[in-house]
Amino acid sequence: MATLNVLVLVCFLYVTFLFAIAFGADRAARRGRGTWLRSPVVYTLSLSIYCTAWTFYGAVGFAARSGLEFVTIYLGPTLVMIGWWWTLRKMVRVGRSQRITSVADLISSRYGKSNLLAVFVTVLAVIGTTPYIALQLQSVTLSFATFAANEPTGTELPSQQSIALWVALGLAVFTILFGTRNLDANERHHGVVMAIALEAVVKLFALLAVGVFVVWGLAGGIGETLARIDASPIAAWEVSGSRWVGLTMLSAAAFLCLPRMFQVMVVENEDEGHLRTASWAFPAYLMLMSLFVLPIAAVGLDVLPEGANPDLFVLTLPLQEGRDGLAILSFIGGFSSATSMVIVAAIALSTMVSNHVVMPVWLWITGGSAVMSGDLRNVALLARRISIAGIVLLGYLYFHMSGGGTALAEIGLVSFAGVAQFLPALMGGLFWRAANHTGALAGLATGFAVWMYCLFLPSFGPSSALPQAVLDHGLFGLHWLRPQALFGTEGMDPLVHAVMWSMSLNTIVFVTVSIISFPRPVERLQGAQFVNVFEHSGNTAGWTGGLAQSEDLLIMSQRIIGAPQAQALFATAATRQGLAGYLPEPSPDFLQELERELSGSVGAATAHAMISQIVGGATVSVEDLMAVADETAQIMEYSSRLEAKTEEQERTARQLREANQKLTQLSVQKDAFLSQISHELRTPMTSIRAFSEILRDTRGLKAAEKSKYAAIIHDETVRLTRLLDDLLDLSVLENGQVVLNSQTGHLDALLDRAIAASGLDKRTFRIERDRLAEDVMLTTDLDRLAQVFINLISNARKYCDSASPVLKIAPKRQNDRLLIDFIDNGSGIPTDHQSMIFEKFSRIGETKAGGAGLGLAICREIMARLGGDISYLPGQSGAAFRVTLPQSPDTAGSTASA
Amino acid sequence: MGRRVLLIEDEPNIIEAVSFILSRDGWDVKTHSNGHDAIDAVRARRPDLVILDVMLPGKSGFDILHEIRSDSELSGMPVLMLTARGQVKDRELAEQSGVNRFMTKPFSNADVLEVVRSMVAS
Amino acid sequence: MSSERGPVFLERRTYRRRRMADAARLLPILGAALFGLPLLWGIEGEATPTTRVMFYIFSTWLVLTVLTAVISRYLRQEKQDPPDTGEW
Repeated sequence: MATLNVLVLVCFLYVTFLFAIAFGADRAARRGRGTWLRSPVVYTLSLSIYCTAWTFYGAVGFAARSGLEFVTIYLGPTLVMIGWWWTLRKMVRVGRSQRITSVADLISSRYGKSNLLAVFVTVLAVIGTTPYIALQLQSVTLSFATFAANEPTGTELPSQQSIALWVALGLAVFTILFGTRNLDANERHHGVVMAIALEAVVKLFALLAVGVFVVWGLAGGIGETLARIDASPIAAWEVSGSRWVGLTMLSAAAFLCLPRMFQVMVVENEDEGHLRTASWAFPAYLMLMSLFVLPIAAVGLDVLPEGANPDLFVLTLPLQEGRDGLAILSFIGGFSSATSMVIVAAIALSTMVSNHVVMPVWLWITGGSAVMSGDLRNVALLARRISIAGIVLLGYLYFHMSGGGTALAEIGLVSFAGVAQFLPALMGGLFWRAANHTGALAGLATGFAVWMYCLFLPSFGPSSALPQAVLDHGLFGLHWLRPQALFGTEGMDPLVHAVMWSMSLNTIVFVTVSIISFPRPVERLQGAQFVNVFEHSGNTAGWTGGLAQSEDLLIMSQRIIGAPQAQALFATAATRQGLAGYLPEPSPDFLQELERELSGSVGAATAHAMISQIVGGATVSVEDLMAVADETAQIMEYSSRLEAKTEEQERTARQLREANQKLTQLSVQKDAFLSQISHELRTPMTSIRAFSEILRDTRGLKAAEKSKYAAIIHDETVRLTRLLDDLLDLSVLENGQVVLNSQTGHLDALLDRAIAASGLDKRTFRIERDRLAEDVMLTTDLDRLAQVFINLISNARKYCDSASPVLKIAPKRQNDRLLIDFIDNGSGIPTDHQSMIFEKFSRIGETKAGGAGLGLAICREIMARLGGDISYLPGQSGAAFRVTLPQSPDTAGSTASA
Repeated sequence: MGRRVLLIEDEPNIIEAVSFILSRDGWDVKTHSNGHDAIDAVRARRPDLVILDVMLPGKSGFDILHEIRSDSELSGMPVLMLTARGQVKDRELAEQSGVNRFMTKPFSNADVLEVVRSMVAS
Repeated sequence: MSSERGPVFLERRTYRRRRMADAARLLPILGAALFGLPLLWGIEGEATPTTRVMFYIFSTWLVLTVLTAVISRYLRQEKQDPPDTGEW
């Protein structure tokens, strides 16, 4: 039978089918449709890449050799999934909120975005995963060889190496095609995930089919199967406790730390709720996968000839029984397991290599000035593709060099132990805020070194990597440094030994160094962010329908750059994407363009943060915050400077306005004053001129008329002169140009002088004085004060309209001031005039008294210069004026209080 | 032709001077020296000419002028404004308010005579 | 408060939810203990048949899975917080 040809054909068809699925899923995802892509079932199934060809073939081999021990590989992940509430939930939440792209990213991001750590983890991951990839290649080639061996005719089979090479190449192509279509901002590969989910179904189905065949077809029922098991070499339950516990813990650790597991569990996670479903669905899947392993192993041991490779029982049993169809199905199952692992592992590792090794190096080489985002993306894509090819090639090389003979199981476990070294740093980072970068590095280095020494190098075979002498007698001949008996722990299973020592030393060093050393500021913030992630983030929205996010983006953009510009930008982008309307898909290109546009208005950091808020549903990263804070600080500083300037300008404007107002007022006042003066001067001049002309021109004037008119002329000139004098005096007083001559004198003498000078007729006008109160010494400009008194007394004389006028002059002391009241018994000044009498040119009543109205204004100015005051005193018997003088301290004389 | 003049002015000396000049020329000069009831005096006396000062106690000459012009019976009354307020705007305001002639103090006696004659003659 | 006559524990739902979260935390520990139990059987000296252990392991496995499913269903309420609207 040309089974081999059929096999190849089936393989080919299967692969094509996978391609189709992957392509379809990708397209649906990009269109934003395909809610079925985001079902928890798909998520759970994608976790099945934990079950690789190791599971498919190697589990049976493991069971055939060690009995039930194989189940520990699945118990570990089961416990982790059951305990999702503890660890996985946090890991997924952190991964989504921090937009983590890989294990290396998580660890490095937690410990202050350290690239050194990222590189270290990447290298370790590659070293740890390479054997596992080789393992897959080996399984595929072995399964091909099994079919070929079954051929009755010795068909010429291409060598194992070339098969492996072809498989490797094919896998590389598939992965590059579907793993690097474009750089999804969130590193999600929907096509690949879909293909893997499908493969999960296929391999479960295949294994169950073989299992059912073995139990009911070969053994004849459950009872018989159990009897077979009991009769087989693996009947007794003889499992070493340390292996049981150790392997369970190891598989649990690996489940958490394996790059491929991280990829599907955290990075490709669409919705945290899926974790809930997977928490029970995945253990169920694992249970089903392992259900028939023991029966198949027992029956195989029984049925198949001695020395048959137990790893291949799932193939050889159906083949031997002539069930070619089942065998092919089984082969496909194994093929699925192998390929899915390689694909996802290649993606996960290439992401790490490209992000943390290639890109930084490239940026460093180009001086970090590659701001052309198009450029950067192309480089990133290329790096990614080359990494994929490189990793798969590395796996092939390992396979090539290792000779491919070792039992599959052991390689797998070595690989597990390698990646398990991430566990302390990973878990510590998620749960312990004090875990820091130095500690993580030290722990990782320690664990890695111990793993290398105790497990990895010896695994290459005696004397190939590690000289036999070292194995027997320890490094440098030191007995306690024997790779498989460190510090005297002899007799342990090498794997358990290595795991125990590497993990313990790793943890101890990690914890100790973290406690001793100090974290960097970013680390502390990241620490808080990671450890307290449940306090910060809600259920972060997944990448839900792209258009909804585009709408949010449009709303936000309109607010920032204005509606017309935002709409134009969006519309152009939509047209470019081949969509109608205003809402383009939030593709990375568009997002970058939008970010550029927005950063013109709000700054790069803010624009970035705002977009990632909407699109990524992510909380803003610490650096974003710091950058935003920086920018905000700058903006605030700038605007406060602007504010200060504006304030100053406003203040200046205000002052100018005030000054302008004052000037206008003064101008008005000046105009009024000039107008007033003009009138005051013209009036006497009119009389003078008129009567002068009369005297000059009129004939026949009587002598009496002549003298009368001459007198009028004379009086008016006097009046005019007085007015001019007063004006000048007032001006001098107002300008402060007056010179005050301070003298000391007696008040009553001053009053005598004033009364005499005022021309008051004592016979008609009575003056009441209080001699006792006038016994006061004054130190002031006595002449000016006399001027005030004269003015007041003259006013009283002029304006007091009482029949028998009396002027009372009453000095009194109040606090440290001297008050002199001048009160007459006339009708006083009406209330509405009282405030105006001190103004210039204000006159009440008839002008017959002949004053110019400046007298009181002058008095007020004089009193102001003397440091005192003059005011009208209402409510007295008549007009009353109060002159206030500050009392000088050395004034002698008795004082009479009021 | 009537030769009655009403002089509305408060400065006694000016009253005396103007009265002297005009009465010498044959005019019958009556005076009124406050603004409050000046309009009543105008109505009562029905002069042929009013000589009006601006700065009056009570009402200002402009107000009185306005009253004269508003009164249907008096609106054609010839008014000579005689004021010490010599600014341009005062003259403009007076002309707008309908004054017939405007003169500033101090004045020339001969000018006053001539103006009065011309105003009543027309 | 007018509901003094009502049930002693108000807010049963949240209480239940929190207890479920506690159960979710305890479950893996229980699972680890259960899965480790067979180790004790080996001490007795008399060889235990693998089949019996197989039965035990797989049935425990099933029970744990079912328990997890039940508890996860209860914890669904908590997950129904409104997702971030992503609005700035």
